[in-house]
Amino acid sequence: MPFLRAFGAYLPSRAVSNTEIAALTGVEPEWIRMASGIEERRFAAEEETVADLGRHAAAECLERAAVPPASVGMVLMASGTAARRFPGPAVSVAQRLGISGAPAIDLPIPSAGSLFGLALAAHVVPVYRNVLVIGADIMSRVAPRERNNPGTAVLFGDGAGACLVSASAGVAEIRDSLIYSDGAFSEDLRLEFECPLEMNGRAVILQASRKLPRTISDLLGRNQLAAANVDAFLLHQANQNLLDQVARALGVPSLRFFSNLRMYGNTSAASLLIAAAEWSQSQGFRQGVPVVFAAFGAGFNWGALLVVGCGQ
Amino acid sequence: MDRQAKIREIIRTVSKQEVNIESEASLFDSGLLDSFALPELVTVLEQAFGISIPDSDLDPRKFNSVSSIDRYLETRG
Repeated sequence: MPFLRAFGAYLPSRAVSNTEIAALTGVEPEWIRMASGIEERRFAAEEETVADLGRHAAAECLERAAVPPASVGMVLMASGTAARRFPGPAVSVAQRLGISGAPAIDLPIPSAGSLFGLALAAHVVPVYRNVLVIGADIMSRVAPRERNNPGTAVLFGDGAGACLVSASAGVAEIRDSLIYSDGAFSEDLRLEFECPLEMNGRAVILQASRKLPRTISDLLGRNQLAAANVDAFLLHQANQNLLDQVARALGVPSLRFFSNLRMYGNTSAASLLIAAAEWSQSQGFRQGVPVVFAAFGAGFNWGALLVVGCGQ
Repeated sequence: MDRQAKIREIIRTVSKQEVNIESEASLFDSGLLDSFALPELVTVLEQAFGISIPDSDLDPRKFNSVSSIDRYLETRG
């Protein structure tokens, strides 16, 4: 059976306030907070790369798991902001961690990429034993800064998260997952080469508001669970208003949806695993109690993952 | 009540504002709706007109104005 063994996270040290972003984008700092719930975000230093961020998060994850790099059987790394076309950051992170010979596979999927990584890891872990899933993005280098596009410019931050999925033991067992893709709206959230991020926020929110609650309900339903049974919902940290909307649609209090948006903004592929790392450190899995992971993003790609705490 | 009047009533309910705009005017640019009100508008339209709007039709351009909503509903019979 697949288990979540440990998490790690890395946030660059430079905190960027709404006041600083507002000056660049021509909006009021309070408007940013009201529109997104975000008060500040972290920006990577000029010399930092996606692989650098990912390595920090992965190293913390392996340390917490007490698993040596040599025991990692596969690396799955999600990022939408890799610095080059190939090779992707997965092999760089693996090499710097001392993981040699294990397949290191890039998932060029922002936002939902970490969720896809966890779902895929659950399927391959019987063979690869320890699968290191990493999500890292440097969105500050691709988010637009034009004054005519403040709705996109203010949302994003940089960071990395990691999770070790193991075949033998962990803090929670992965019970089930659902992942989906639909390219019909691929133009509504995209990053072309050498261009700033393009996002049709209305389309993203409209689709996410419908697909996330439905997917979570489907996942819970086929496992004979209801949303009320779930201890915590750990979602891709896209926007506080979206998290609140999904909570309302599922009929559960927003407080059960972990949020660190206020501090970090939307860190794309990193956000789900950063949230999981922080939630597991502050609250943690309880034996036999379900927790749901879910994400939605460019593609559109979306999905949900059900885990049950092992109480360790 | 004709369909456009019913649509205006629904927009008034969702936006909690009077809908004093031209039929072709953008509900978003006019400030009546924002991105987060759009999913609620779609849900209320489904309930009011007894239809299920598939994800493939969830294009914000279809719900940008009273007229565009009217045209979309026309296609749904």
